[in-house]
Amino acid sequence: MLSRTLLAAASLAFACAASAQEPIRVGAFLSVTGPAAFLGDPEQKTLELYVEKLNAAGGVLGRKLQLIAYDSAGDAEKARAFTKRLIEQDNVDFIVGGSTTGETMAVVPLIEQAGMPFISLAGAVVIVEPVKKWVFKTPHSDRQACERIFVDMKARGTTKIALISGPGGFDKSMRAQCMGVAKNYGIEILADEAYGAGDTDMTAQLSKIKNTAGVQAVLNCGFGQGPAIVTKNYKQLGISQPFYQSHGVASKGYIQLAGDAAEGVRLPAAALLVAETLPDSDPQKKVVLGYKREYEARFKSDVSTFGGHAYDGLMIAVEALKKAGSTDKAKVRDAIESVRGLMGTAGAFNFSPTDHVGLDVSGLRMLEIRKGDWTLAK
Amino acid sequence: MSAQLVQFLLTGLTVGAIYALVALGFAIIYNASHVINFAQGEFVMIGGMAAASFVEAGLPLPLAALLAVAGAMLVGLALEKLAVEPARGAPVVTLIIITIGASILLRGLASLVWDKKIHALPAFSGETPLNLGGATLLPQSLWVLGATVLTVALLWWFFNRTLTGKAILAVSHNRLAAQLMGISVRRVLLVSFGLSAALGALAGVLIAPISFTSWDIGVMLGLKGFAAAILGGMGSGPGAIVGGLALGLIESLGAGYVSSAYKDVFAFVIILAALIFLPDGLAGRRRATERV
Repeated sequence: MLSRTLLAAASLAFACAASAQEPIRVGAFLSVTGPAAFLGDPEQKTLELYVEKLNAAGGVLGRKLQLIAYDSAGDAEKARAFTKRLIEQDNVDFIVGGSTTGETMAVVPLIEQAGMPFISLAGAVVIVEPVKKWVFKTPHSDRQACERIFVDMKARGTTKIALISGPGGFDKSMRAQCMGVAKNYGIEILADEAYGAGDTDMTAQLSKIKNTAGVQAVLNCGFGQGPAIVTKNYKQLGISQPFYQSHGVASKGYIQLAGDAAEGVRLPAAALLVAETLPDSDPQKKVVLGYKREYEARFKSDVSTFGGHAYDGLMIAVEALKKAGSTDKAKVRDAIESVRGLMGTAGAFNFSPTDHVGLDVSGLRMLEIRKGDWTLAK
Repeated sequence: MSAQLVQFLLTGLTVGAIYALVALGFAIIYNASHVINFAQGEFVMIGGMAAASFVEAGLPLPLAALLAVAGAMLVGLALEKLAVEPARGAPVVTLIIITIGASILLRGLASLVWDKKIHALPAFSGETPLNLGGATLLPQSLWVLGATVLTVALLWWFFNRTLTGKAILAVSHNRLAAQLMGISVRRVLLVSFGLSAALGALAGVLIAPISFTSWDIGVMLGLKGFAAAILGGMGSGPGAIVGGLALGLIESLGAGYVSSAYKDVFAFVIILAALIFLPDGLAGRRRATERV
C-alpha cells in the first residue's frame, strides 16, 4: 500500500517535473529560399541565434525555447501547409513568421480558427487593418513607408512622380497605400506601371515613364528580384530623376544584385542599417548596435532590417510570455497587446487593442545608397 | 515616340535572340528523334548557374563560361544516354514525358548543388549603356546578338559542310534510310542532345548579366523557347530563329504599347494561336503538333 502510494507520488512528481521542463515551442515559417530569400534567410538565422542565446541565459519562465522553423519559399500554399503542421502536429505556443504579405494573409484564417498568437514579419498594412485579434506584425507598414518617402519628397520640392510596382501582395498594397496618401503631401502621380513575377526586363515600363513629361521622381514599390532589375534598367536608360525604393529592398542582397546602378537610390529603412553612424543620444542606438554586432559576428554577413524584424518579433513574444506568466495562448495574446515602450530594431513598440503594429514613423529613417553601402540621406 | 519604339525593338531583339537559341535547341533534338525535349530550359539554367558559381569561386569569366557550357553539354549527353536511349523503342509521347521528368530532376538537383538564391554574372564588357538614336542599349545586348549570329553561322556550316551534321540532317529526313546507309542513329541522337545542351547553356551565360539567373528560370525560358519553336515551325532551324526573334519583339512591343503586366501572356497566346491557325508554323514543314 505504501509502496504504491510512493510510486504514485513519484510518478506524479516526475510528471510535474517533466512538464515543467517541457520547452516553449516557437513556431516559424519563413521564405528562406525563393524570390524572398533575402528576407527569410536572415530572419531564420536571427531566430536561431536568439533562441540559442535566450536558452543559454536560462530560457523564459524557467523553460527552454525550442524553435521549429519551416521554409515556405515565398509560396502562400506552402505557408498554409506549414502553419497547419505547426498548429496541429508540432503544438507550438506561438508563431513568429510570414516573411511576405502574401503568405501572411494566406494563413490568417488558420490562425484565427486555432486561436494562435501570430507575429508577422511582413509589410503591408492590410495585415493589421482591420485589426485581427490574433495577428500582430513588426515591420513598419507600407503606408508608413509611403508617408516617410512623401515627407522626404515634399522637403525636396517634388510634386509629380511616377510609380512602378510588381505583382506581389506587398507591391500591390504599397502601391494602393501610396496612391491613397499622396494627396496629403501634395504629390501627384503621373504614371503607374507594373511588371510581372519573374520578369527579366523592365525597360519597356521605364521607357514609358521616361517619356512622361513632368516626372520629378520615380518610386518602385516592390521587394526581391524585381526591384534589382528595375534599378539596373533605370541606370541603363539613363533616367536622371531621383529613384526611391521601399523598405522591401533593405538588404545587402539588393545592392549586390543591382550593382553600381544602386548608387544614389533612396529608401526608408530602420536605423539598424546605419547603426554605427547614429549619434549616441539616439534612443535606438543601443538595441540596433547590439543586434548588428551579434548577428555579424556570428554569421559573418551584413545585417538586414528583415533579420531585425524577426528579432523584434521574438523579443515581443518573450516579453509577452513573461508578462502573462504562462504559455496560455489567450493570456499571451492579451500580454502582447499590453506591451508598451519595448525598444526593438525598428523603433519603440507600443501595442494596443486597436494597434497591432505599435510603431510610429519615427523609427523609419531615409537612407541613401552610396558606394555600395547605406548612409543617412541628407 | 520613335526613340521609345527603337528602345522596345532593341529590347525585343535581345530577348528574342535568347529565345531563338533555346528554340534551336528544341529544333535540333526534334529533328533527330521527333522528341520535344522539355528539359531544354534547364540547360539554359545550368549554363547560367554554373557560370555564376565558377565566377563566384574566383575563375575568370571566359573560363567560367566555357566550363559552364561544357558542363551543360555533359549533362545533355548524360540525359540522352541514361534517360532517352534506354527508352528508344517507346512511343514518342513516352519520351516526351521522360524529358519532362528529367527537367524536374535537373531543377531539384540544381537547387541542391547550388542554392535557391538569385545570382548575377558580371557583364562581359561593362555596363555603360550605348546611345542609339535616343534609345539605350547595354553592351551585353550586343554580345547576345553577336554571339547568336555567330552561333547560327557555325551551325549552318556544321549542318551543311560536315559529315556529322549531314548525318543528323539525314536522320531527320528519313531515319530508316539513314540507318541503311550506315549512319548510327544512336550517335546522332547523342550529338544532337549535346549540341542542344550547349546552345541552351550559351543562351544562359549570355542572358545572366542582364536578367540574373536562379535555379528555376528554366521553366519560363523553356516554355517561351518552345513557343518560339512552334511559331517558326517545329524542326525548322531558320524557323526557330525567326520564331524566337518574333516572339521577343511581340513581347516587348506588347509590354510597351498594350500592357506591361501581362507580358508573359503573349508567349502563351502565341502557342495557342499557332496550334489553332498555323499548326506547321511560319516555316510550315513538320507535323510536330500531332505530338502536342
